[in-house]
Order: sequence, then structure tokens, then C-alpha cells
Amino acid sequence: MAEPRKPTSSSIAARARGLGSARHGSGAWRAERLTAVALVPLTLWLVASLVALGGADRAAFVAWLGRPLSALLVILLLLAAFRHTALGLQVVIEDYVHSAAKIPLLIATHLLCFAICVAGVLATLSIVLGR
Amino acid sequence: MRPCSPNIQNYRPQLTSVLSIANRITALISTVALVAFVAWLVAAALGPVPYDALYALAASPIGRALLVIATFVFFLHLCGSIRHLFWDAVVGFELRSIYVSGWVAVAASIVLTAAAWLVGGFFKG
Repeated sequence: MAEPRKPTSSSIAARARGLGSARHGSGAWRAERLTAVALVPLTLWLVASLVALGGADRAAFVAWLGRPLSALLVILLLLAAFRHTALGLQVVIEDYVHSAAKIPLLIATHLLCFAICVAGVLATLSIVLGR
Repeated sequence: MRPCSPNIQNYRPQLTSVLSIANRITALISTVALVAFVAWLVAAALGPVPYDALYALAASPIGRALLVIATFVFFLHLCGSIRHLFWDAVVGFELRSIYVSGWVAVAASIVLTAAAWLVGGFFKG
């Protein structure tokens, strides 16, 4: 049997890489729960609002979204929902993707979630501020 | 490829395991719904032409069917996640509580979906 090689500091770093960072391991987990708590009232409010709008035409939808409170809550919902989505998708990818595609997929997921979120926020702002 | 646990071919489906994977599947479908909502916001910001085009798509029979499914899927994820938040606080971990909350989540999702679509005017419009 070959003598086990003494681990070097670089081989220890290679083994630990991607397995989580020291002392900050629960950050993503906590953020996913925090956004979940925020999303319970926010999404219930959104569904109730859309139900009340009941298939509104653009004028009615813009009038609703143009109210400062509606716009504020929609923007808060978008921020919480896309953070929650990015963190959730990250867990799914980490659970099921074990190939070289994992890291690029994680990067793409976070960037896409951020980009789509910004698009939604800008659209909301343009309606509530511009018009 | 290591064998996965539980072995899916031999594992008898039960409420706990079905709702467990359902929370993940409903999360993925809710992501699509969330992106669709952003598309709705962007269309509204761009003007009447894109909004009316998206509206026609949503109001079509397939569009409405997808919206009803999305509503149920979203409520199931919401109710399932509320269970998870309680479990994170170490509440409701007894086997009986887990089954009761599981069936409550399923029933509540059905009731909330029905309420949303019966109260809302989207089917009438």
C-alpha cells in the first residue's frame, strides 16, 4: 500500500473549494427563509389585487400599478421573489448538477434572476413615475 | 453513478415524500409564473400594443388553463413553504402533525385556487 501523501495547503484548499465558506455557511439558507417570510403577505396581496382587477385592460392595470403603494409593494415583491428564486434554483442545481456545467449554470442563474428583476422594477418605475 | 436514496423505483409514494418533491417542482413552475409577471409589467410599460398581445395570449383557452394551473401550483408552494417555515422553527414535527399540515396544505391550495378564479373577473371578461 502506498504511503498516503501529506496534504499540502493548496490541496486542502482544492478540497474545500465549493463546499461552503467558513462561518458564513448559513447566510444563503437564512436569506431564503427571510425572503420567504416577506413573500407570504406580498404574494397574497398581489394575487388578491390581480383577482380584484379581474382581467383589466391596460388603462386599469396602469392606473392600479401607478398608485405609489401598489408600485412599492410590487417592487418589494420583485426584489424578494427573485432573491428567493435565485437561492432556491442554486440549491436545486447544487443537488442535481455534478458536471462541469454546475458553476456556469449557477452564474447564469444568478445573473438572469438579477436582470429579469431589474427589468420588472424599471417597468414598474416607468409606470409610476413616467406616464 | 451512486444509487440515490430513497430508491425511487422501489419507494412507495406517500403524502410526505410526494409533498416534499412537489415543493421543489412547484417552485420551478412558480419561477416561470414570476417571469411571466415581469413580462406583463414590461408589456404594460411599453404600451397598448404589447399589452394587448400578451392579454390575448393569457385570455386564450390555453392561456387561462395555464393560469389556473399556475395559481394552484403557486398556492401549493406557498402552503408547503409555510409548513417548512414552521419546521425550521421546530414546530409540528410529530408524524401526526406532519400528515395533518400536509393535507391542510393540499386542501387550502384547492380552496384558494377556486376562490381566486371564482371571485376574479378574468373568466367573465
